[in-house]
Amino acid sequence: MEISLTLNGKLIKDNIDADLLLIDFLRSHGCYSVKRGCETANCGLCTVLMDGKPILSCSMLAARAAGHQVQTLEGLQEEAKEFVGFIADQGADQCGFCNPGFVMNTIALLRENPDPTDDEIRAYLAGNLCRCSGYDGQLRGIRNFLNSRK
Amino acid sequence: MIAIQNYVRAQSLEEAWELNQKKRNRVIGGMLWLKMGRGSVNTAIDLCDLGLDTIEETDGEFTIGAMVTLRQLELHPGLNAYTQGAMAKAVKDIVGVQFRNIATVGGSIWGRFGFSDVLTVFLSMECYVKLHKGGILPLEEFVNRKYDRDILVGLIVKKVPARFSYQAMRIQRTDFPVITCALSDLHGEIRACIGARPNKAMVIRGSRELSPAAFAEEAARQAPTGSNIRGSAAYRSHLIRVLTQRALEEIGGTT
Repeated sequence: MEISLTLNGKLIKDNIDADLLLIDFLRSHGCYSVKRGCETANCGLCTVLMDGKPILSCSMLAARAAGHQVQTLEGLQEEAKEFVGFIADQGADQCGFCNPGFVMNTIALLRENPDPTDDEIRAYLAGNLCRCSGYDGQLRGIRNFLNSRK
Repeated sequence: MIAIQNYVRAQSLEEAWELNQKKRNRVIGGMLWLKMGRGSVNTAIDLCDLGLDTIEETDGEFTIGAMVTLRQLELHPGLNAYTQGAMAKAVKDIVGVQFRNIATVGGSIWGRFGFSDVLTVFLSMECYVKLHKGGILPLEEFVNRKYDRDILVGLIVKKVPARFSYQAMRIQRTDFPVITCALSDLHGEIRACIGARPNKAMVIRGSRELSPAAFAEEAARQAPTGSNIRGSAAYRSHLIRVLTQRALEEIGGTT
């Protein structure tokens, strides 16, 4: 079946199988920041924005994304650049595999709530799993970024 | 993951219903649980073009489309004002924001899953399901029906004056619940809805004349529990007692 969607601002048309997942569609179009992790909709590695909202691309059919705006980290470099240094300063990225998902969901959080409390950060990022860090590094990094803006 | 041969965005409820009469076709909802299965689907029927993704509020009721996401429930000011925050509390620990942006009310209710926080909380309200062919019927009746080939259009929640409390026990945040408990004081009766027993949620009605401790004891006695990887039957019964009493005290106790 033929679909078209807007990926990082560019209109993409493709012929796909009905059961192609969005994650595979995105990776086949060069968006390698979108990682395959648990494949059970739990880890948040595959987070992308669809119409501005964070979703799990491992659990959505590419066909359902047709006609929508999809953004991956490749298209949000400038927005991410503002705060990823603060996360790196805390050594929070360690192996780095979860990082793109964390960054995408943090972008969504800060768009929705520009000045979140620590509890709001924890709640929003609860769907992003990291097996290295224990999460405190990410929290400190985001907190330091928020404090730097005040 | 399931294999899907064809994908159709239905353009009317009638088209969706007709497609769904074939056993190898499936309505996909949020597709989160369905995706985890195996086997093959001939045609995946997507309801995303039918305008079922809105929550409408009038003076008397909420109409919640089947394609409304759990995140919409969590953030809806009217629903949360009516339920004193119980709605948001019920869904806030379901995996993460990204998951709740995809998971749908229709998928949760149609599935009648044992672990469902969504089913538990709606059972505590005066809630009806709207089916394309089957009409409108109480959620409590729908829960115990056999699966058929109808299409769930949405939910209707009557704004009956009520007090609500939602409690759940999870071993870890974002995991499946070990037990869920939605409690309401509705029409002058106390309604305790107990889910993740691990079977699907059930309603226990009680008198307002019982003390919170006595009502909680009665709820624990009436709700059958079972054992699985998350907890034993005895542990679940104990949790029912604790959470029911806690919920009753939160809404101000009995008379």
